[in-house]
Amino acid sequence: MKAVCWHGTHDVRVENVSEPRLLNHRDALVKITLTAICGSDLHLYDGYIPSMHKGDILGHEFMGEVIEVGRDVQNLKKGDRVVVPFTICCGRCYFCKSGLWSLCDNSNPNSALCEKTFGCSSAGLFGYSHLFGGFAGGQAQYVRVPFADVGPIKVPDGVRDEQALFLSDIFPTGYMAAENCNIQPGDVVAVWGCGPVGQFAIRSAFMLGASRVIALDHYPARLDMARRGQADTLDYEDVDVVEKLKEMTGGRGPDACIDAVGMEAHGTTVDALYDRAMQAVHLESDRPHALRQAVQACRKGGTVSVPGVYGGFIDRFPIGAAFAKGLTFKMGQTHVPRYMNRLMQHIQAGDIDPSFVITHRMKIDDAADGYHTFRYDPDECIKVVMKPS
Amino acid sequence: MQIITHRKHAVNITQAERIASAIGGGLLAVFGLQRRSPAGIAMGLIGADLLRRGITGHSYAYEAMGIRTAPRGQGSETTSVPYELGVRVDRAITIARPRNEVYQFWRSVTNLPHFMKNLVSVTVYDGDRSHWVAKGPAGRTVEWDAVIHNERPNELIAWRSLPGSDVDHAGSVWFKDAPGGRGTEVSVELQYNPPAGAIGAIFASLWGKEPGQEIQEDLHRLKELLELGEVLTVEGQPSGRRSQNRRGFGRDMEVQRASEESFPASDAPSYNPVAL
Repeated sequence: MKAVCWHGTHDVRVENVSEPRLLNHRDALVKITLTAICGSDLHLYDGYIPSMHKGDILGHEFMGEVIEVGRDVQNLKKGDRVVVPFTICCGRCYFCKSGLWSLCDNSNPNSALCEKTFGCSSAGLFGYSHLFGGFAGGQAQYVRVPFADVGPIKVPDGVRDEQALFLSDIFPTGYMAAENCNIQPGDVVAVWGCGPVGQFAIRSAFMLGASRVIALDHYPARLDMARRGQADTLDYEDVDVVEKLKEMTGGRGPDACIDAVGMEAHGTTVDALYDRAMQAVHLESDRPHALRQAVQACRKGGTVSVPGVYGGFIDRFPIGAAFAKGLTFKMGQTHVPRYMNRLMQHIQAGDIDPSFVITHRMKIDDAADGYHTFRYDPDECIKVVMKPS
Repeated sequence: MQIITHRKHAVNITQAERIASAIGGGLLAVFGLQRRSPAGIAMGLIGADLLRRGITGHSYAYEAMGIRTAPRGQGSETTSVPYELGVRVDRAITIARPRNEVYQFWRSVTNLPHFMKNLVSVTVYDGDRSHWVAKGPAGRTVEWDAVIHNERPNELIAWRSLPGSDVDHAGSVWFKDAPGGRGTEVSVELQYNPPAGAIGAIFASLWGKEPGQEIQEDLHRLKELLELGEVLTVEGQPSGRRSQNRRGFGRDMEVQRASEESFPASDAPSYNPVAL
């Protein structure tokens, strides 16, 4: 089968590899009908995530048709159309049972390695390095899905593939980011980053009762898309972000701030340049420019919600300001299964059509171009989806 | 991993060697100090240490390498890991199953190779004695006899290796209720004296896996076996690596497929197994 394989920094290749097989009793095999490239795949593409091996199959946003199920899978059958969460969850450990799905104890065969790196084992992820289990990903024609009786949900007739696909990752991620803000009626929410996660965070914040959402980015097409979601927008290169946000909120600051940017933040202020320099000589692993601004802008007593991926350590974090303001921080990998059914109902009800975020459609054979465009053309390219056939 | 040391040092050199060391060291020290040169000072220091080791009977070098040439003292028949030697590992895991279930699984020692990756087999002689075979370094196997010398049902299993073992070790595993209904806390304490002593253990951990990590992985497999009934694997999955693209690569275990008859009738799926 064809699969998108990682071969080094800025080197992905579509190769012919063997088809997957059932390996555990709760597995299912899925024939993929649609898959996507995620912003966090770019961290792999840029070589920031350790423990990648040449030949690893990428991709964690995918959906398709069940073609085979293991002995212990009772709820799915051949022919079911399903969308699969990117977090792999056993459903039986303390964390899965508590709804903390992305912290599953049992779904990472390399949990000891993960524990050594982060101090904890987290759930296995599709196509996201050996730290997270080394699972073959879904930018391919077929994929093996472990714990298929827990993760995948059936897609109802009437919901198109392009509408359902993003329940695998980015829609629940944006929604959880907004939910973590603990939005009270009338709240103003600021969102750093108008990539796909930010776009869903904007719309989710309104769904959860925000009166106003202010979105920050630099690229016109992304700011346009944010405005189509009813957000007010700011270009971070044009204004002093922290001052402007205060001004727009009657001197208070936003009630909640969402950092949908993560470790590869852009920016031209002094602290952003510091991060670039430190990173170049390996003295700092992540660039927390957006996070710093979020802390500085947030109103006292507010919440900073971090769906943006961070991997290592950051410098010059305004912990004093955070303490003085009594901020709450909520962060972490998305607990996807918690949200899938609820959000599918919103899609069926017509409250939202997630396919708005797609800007590029291509065949999986053109994946290398897809990655390149996504990485180097952030204005034109917001979301790439690929058909495997 | 914790290297075991004590403040009160034991005698670990034989009497004859102590005398030779003291005399030789004394002579070397005197000879070295007479020559006023860097080489002389070096000889003086070495001689002084040989003298010290002869007088006190304790060699730090031997201690680090796990060597003990002096005869063992009182109580050595019931001790597997001698005083001041060896490496200690403590690891714990919480398993969402009742304490008696976890204890019973561990106590049936023939279960242990299912989750302890380096164990090849455990054969029980009688009640508390058993024979163990494990994978050692460089593809060899190591073997030992062990006895469970102390146990409290559903609480503690303590064992030690018997004389003649390839690796001297002793350990205990405790089973406690985890708070808040979270299940069972399993804590393993293990002391062992690897073939090359503490230095050997350090080198092993630089080049391969630290023993603590291996035990942590074993405990994690135990947790999966008890919580899920099987250990999740990625062996046998596809990748872009050439070696994995031959048909038939992978596991011995045949995973049962759900049969066609067990499903209600549905439209023919588009997947045709022959076409692949």
